[in-house]
Amino acid sequence: MPLPEKARLTFLPLGDRALLLDVGAEAGAQTVSRVRALADYLAQLQLPGIVDLVPAICTIGIHYDPVYWGGAAEKHTAYERLVQRLGELLDDFDMLPAGAGQTQDIPVCYEPEYALDLASLARARGVSEQQVIDIHAGAQYSVYMIGFAPGFAYLGPLDERLVLPRRETPRTLVPAGSVAVANEYTGIYPGPLPGGWHIIGRTPLRLFDPARPQPSLLQSGDLVRFVPIDAQQYRSLEAGRE
Amino acid sequence: MTVDVIRAGLLTTVQDLGRFGMQHFGVPASGAMDAYALQVANRLVGNLGDAAALEITIAGPVLEFAADTLIALSGGDLEPVIDEKPVPMNRPVWIARGRRLAFGRCVSGCRAYLALAGGLDVEPVLGSRATYLRAALGGIAGRALKAGDRIGTQATGTERFSKLRQAERFRRDGFAAPRWSVQAWSGQWMMQPPRIRFVPGRHWEQLAAAQRNRFTGTAFRLGASSDRMGYRLEGASLEIGDAGHVVSEAVAFGTIQLPPDGNPIVLMADRQTIGGYPRLGEVASVDLPLLAQLKPGDALQFERIDLAGAQRLIRAQALALKQIEASIESNVKA
Repeated sequence: MPLPEKARLTFLPLGDRALLLDVGAEAGAQTVSRVRALADYLAQLQLPGIVDLVPAICTIGIHYDPVYWGGAAEKHTAYERLVQRLGELLDDFDMLPAGAGQTQDIPVCYEPEYALDLASLARARGVSEQQVIDIHAGAQYSVYMIGFAPGFAYLGPLDERLVLPRRETPRTLVPAGSVAVANEYTGIYPGPLPGGWHIIGRTPLRLFDPARPQPSLLQSGDLVRFVPIDAQQYRSLEAGRE
Repeated sequence: MTVDVIRAGLLTTVQDLGRFGMQHFGVPASGAMDAYALQVANRLVGNLGDAAALEITIAGPVLEFAADTLIALSGGDLEPVIDEKPVPMNRPVWIARGRRLAFGRCVSGCRAYLALAGGLDVEPVLGSRATYLRAALGGIAGRALKAGDRIGTQATGTERFSKLRQAERFRRDGFAAPRWSVQAWSGQWMMQPPRIRFVPGRHWEQLAAAQRNRFTGTAFRLGASSDRMGYRLEGASLEIGDAGHVVSEAVAFGTIQLPPDGNPIVLMADRQTIGGYPRLGEVASVDLPLLAQLKPGDALQFERIDLAGAQRLIRAQALALKQIEASIESNVKA
């Protein structure tokens, strides 16, 4: 089974009906952008017998139909046939443009009624509350991956001054739209969910809505900026979204 | 045709083969735990294999049929009865208007699939009728059945196996089934504990030889908190050497993860789309139906196979399903 020439792309079985395509680079915004470009390219090919493409930080999970890719002959496995085909299709991968994601502004109210853990985070990290807001809203983030729950985006990189392990006791219910940080990520809770991240604000945007053509507001590889709003703006945006 | 839910049972949900093409939005695939049984039940009543049916868990519901209806049950034997008379599985059954289908105890397995001719008529959400409870997607308002629900089917009538409705016993017993049945996939039921085959995965090689032997040599038990999302295994706590910093990536139905406490978790139908724990491997697809029929407290043992072997088994299982379909259709014509 010859491997594709571009050696930095590697394939790895994920059981007998999925595989991982690894772009062979360190986790980071650049890699996420490459993964997104690759995932978009694969998606537009609309290959038959591919049921799901799941981009993550350094890899794309490719779920396939092993009966379709198995064909009639016993000589090669479904996995081998698909890897062969993908290898051919991705031969010129280096020419794919990076930065395929969209840039999105997410309004966030950092006021105390929504920022349940902002004060404790500031204390734990030895910065002022205003600094937490300035740092958090002053950076641009990449969506590293969507996971944990429908529409839940892991965003990074997070400024080192805001890095803190998860809360020791997770909340049983985090309100929808909560903007939070934990470890090296910031994220937004798309619905009311249990969670152990530190909540520093809330967005009135609906992160996940199954009635939309694109149910998740964010996709892997998108770029995000947080825009501070006050409680009054929050309420009017929330009222207007219906 | 409509069915009234008199009692809901422990966990009765609408399921099909799953919600595909949505995992990049973080939406789990869901769908039937035992997809093979779902397809057999559907085919028996003339549905496409991916039609929506009921997944009935451990303690079944009581259902009343508002019209004569063609149904089929496959998967776990939860002792289905109509007016206390046992209802045979893995064959078509005409049930008469006003009769009630109920269930007893778990005779074998723990998940039965009830298909109705035409398929259950619930609104698809993101391309599937499968219920995903955690985000309240699909099925009936995203939840399990409850008493008082009324579910419709997509067909108004069927001539399929309609001779059964003329049978004397149809009037007397309230249902009628043919003498023939189809052979359900037996997997490796004969082995005790059942052998669940797996293909080694990304971090398998980082497990020391002694730990690998413990993994395949242990009779694990399903922990009490096992559910449609994942099976927690008890019996041996494994230590993985230096898995390094595990970068989160896609998981599959059957991915065997090793969380920090060392007790493996097998990801099932309602698994998340992405996982961040080391993974030992993936259960061979062909054994997922068998795994899906295990309930908390049941034992299992893992057996290593290679990818080529697992994909050969998939072909065999797909062929078995095709043969079942052919034999059903030949009985339709007979």
